[in-house]
Amino acid sequence: MNRTELYAMAQAELDRQQKFRCRLLCCASTPCISSGGTAVYEAVKQAIEAEGLQAEVEAVATGCVGPCSRGPLITVKMEGREDVVYEQVTPEMAARILDKHLRSKPVALDDKMLPADWPFFVKQKKIVLADSGTVDPEKLESYVARGGYTALGHALREMTPEEVCEEIARSGIRGRGGAGYPSGLKWHMVRKAPGEKKYVVANGDEGDPGAYMDRTLMESDPHRVLEGMAIAGYAVGADQGYIYVRGEYPLAAKRLEKAIRAAERRGLLGSRVLDSNFSFRIDIRMGAGAFVCGEETALMASIMGRRGQPVPRPPYPANKGLWGGPTLINNVETFGNIAAIIGNGAEWYASFGTEKSKGAKIFALAGKVNNTGLIEVPIGITLREIVYDIGGGIPGGRAFKAAQTGGPSGGCIPAEYLDTPIDYETLQKLGSIMGSGGLIVMDDQSCMPDVAKFFMEFCMDESCGKCTPCRVGTVQMHRMLDKITNGTATMDDLKRLEELCLMVKESSLCGLGQTAPNPIYSTLRYFRDEYEAHIKDHHCPAGVCQFGAKAV
Amino acid sequence: MSVVTLTINDKLVSAQAGQSLLSAIKDQGIDIPTLCCLEGLTDWGGCRLCMVEVVGSPRLVASCVTPVAEGMVIQTESQRLTAYRKMIVELLLSERNHICASCVMNGGCELQSVAAKLGVDHVRYDYLCPDLPMDASHERNVMDPNRCILCTRCVRVCDQVEGAHTLDVMGRGIQQRVIAGLNQAWGTSRSCTKCGKCVQVCPTGALFKKGATAAEMEKQHDFLIWILDGREKKIWRWS
Repeated sequence: MNRTELYAMAQAELDRQQKFRCRLLCCASTPCISSGGTAVYEAVKQAIEAEGLQAEVEAVATGCVGPCSRGPLITVKMEGREDVVYEQVTPEMAARILDKHLRSKPVALDDKMLPADWPFFVKQKKIVLADSGTVDPEKLESYVARGGYTALGHALREMTPEEVCEEIARSGIRGRGGAGYPSGLKWHMVRKAPGEKKYVVANGDEGDPGAYMDRTLMESDPHRVLEGMAIAGYAVGADQGYIYVRGEYPLAAKRLEKAIRAAERRGLLGSRVLDSNFSFRIDIRMGAGAFVCGEETALMASIMGRRGQPVPRPPYPANKGLWGGPTLINNVETFGNIAAIIGNGAEWYASFGTEKSKGAKIFALAGKVNNTGLIEVPIGITLREIVYDIGGGIPGGRAFKAAQTGGPSGGCIPAEYLDTPIDYETLQKLGSIMGSGGLIVMDDQSCMPDVAKFFMEFCMDESCGKCTPCRVGTVQMHRMLDKITNGTATMDDLKRLEELCLMVKESSLCGLGQTAPNPIYSTLRYFRDEYEAHIKDHHCPAGVCQFGAKAV
Repeated sequence: MSVVTLTINDKLVSAQAGQSLLSAIKDQGIDIPTLCCLEGLTDWGGCRLCMVEVVGSPRLVASCVTPVAEGMVIQTESQRLTAYRKMIVELLLSERNHICASCVMNGGCELQSVAAKLGVDHVRYDYLCPDLPMDASHERNVMDPNRCILCTRCVRVCDQVEGAHTLDVMGRGIQQRVIAGLNQAWGTSRSCTKCGKCVQVCPTGALFKKGATAAEMEKQHDFLIWILDGREKKIWRWS
């Protein structure tokens, strides 16, 4: 396929879509499916058939719309009218929605309708997720109709690899996996690294509690990730890409597989991409369920079929990665941004965000907020806007206590910092990190030592066991937290815990161990009094911990 | 071979490019505790005892897996390092059942001697004491996981020197175990050549010869260098 054929394909699909008077977009990502989305989609299709509307109405299974706690969601798209989004749709409602919009019958559905000016949608800036609620993830034409693969064509025909790297660098995008390393710098490094065979790896192994950004992106818009990877392959000189998908994400893997096949069949991946001299293959690698495999070196070991254990850096993957070749590793969300940057230009992208952190970031909003779900907000937005405007506040009108960002490697932001902008530097100053984008909101009913214990248990279970501080240290830290939360700890235990935290942080081999004490650190920093209340007064201020009668 | 200059404990020294920091430190006659590292095997970087302070970097680095670099300034001893090393040994002792009095390696154990050298006279952490079964099914050797510190020396020697790869690790985190074959009884493993190299490189009493009584078992590490010198450099040392 060449670019003319690509445009023709887009036009043909747009023409086809325009034939329909109404399109019903049913969310078919995992959260909506788990709340009954499949049955709703089937009911919609049946209702269309039952009423003989096949020529006028199309039902499409799309990617994630965002407000996952309100699922299953259906968006009604009609020519010349504003989109209407229905929440908590049941199969019975399918016929009524058709009645209301196509037969113009007065059907009472307003209570299920999400307002058009709902802050959840209005406050967001969707770059990566721009198409996720509208395209059919299992259909290549659907993505192409939205302008898909034109950025790849543009890069291949009008830009040199160096210019592509430069464009990424100028956009100011930073790695979305958590550490926030400037992506352009990384791309330049891999491009310049000597080596005949180079690789591109998309890290889709997210295991943070409460986070599912990568899953949603891979499920909702797989071609966007593939296109980003192909552009990266061209920019750094790689002809092989791997997308490492977490083992718990079968739907994401299925859709990616389908997308890769479709793109290869049409010459958008594989050999001679878009009739150019550039060839790029992408293969899927399934993880076996290890959090540590999100770490670059462990991830590469896993791709090569070895035990998923990290090795010390340097050498960095950019110089010596998969099978000794220079390897570019980025998070799938980073790759999700690439087509938009190349398509719209670096200046456009750099106009969002703050001075040092550009663009928008996807967060998985979870915990004690009214609207949980997936949001993409410009970097620099305040926590208050996320929790109260987008999230709709805390259920029951309770008080906000803290937000946990960055998963087990991150930390808590207490209420006093609700108005600080969220970007890489500020979060770090507050003792937390951006991480891959998990954001768990806690109200005054959360016990902070208990929260720290939860994250420590996660780190303990996920430690690979290679180095002593992480393997045994996390277990001992967990035991000490356990003592604190069951009221048998002494102040001496707390002192020992802090010492151990510092040791594990400074002497562990990889990022998992080095950041494992972070939840303890940040909760101690802001909520030390709670720890002391547990130890000295045998009292849990939040009323979560149960103390046995045999307190020492 | 090019030479790099670096500063170790305030002393300017030279080392070969590509050499590991640990061997450069040892070349200076500086004593530094190690457990997972053994000359002749690939570096592992797991025990973290050999970590040193690099001036200008907040992180501590494991010297066995860090190559020397021009202008590097390192400290091998400090209050912080000693405290951390002690904590690591304490963690290792708390992880399994390291009761020296009833161990065949009592007196010849590397973990014991590192603990003694660092002055670890008590353990401040809870003893985890997992109940791990011993494997005495092998005709010559016994595996006692209760003494294992997961340094993987046995795994590496079995794979890299003997070429059998009978031993490996399974599980992760605190559940990690050294296993024979695909978690078979060691005696039934058909890939084991009974060479005994694993026993000789094991720093503790986790692997020992059958029939050895307490404080009787002696392990020789230098055989590894003899074998490798003979194989690679054709230097045969018989003693």
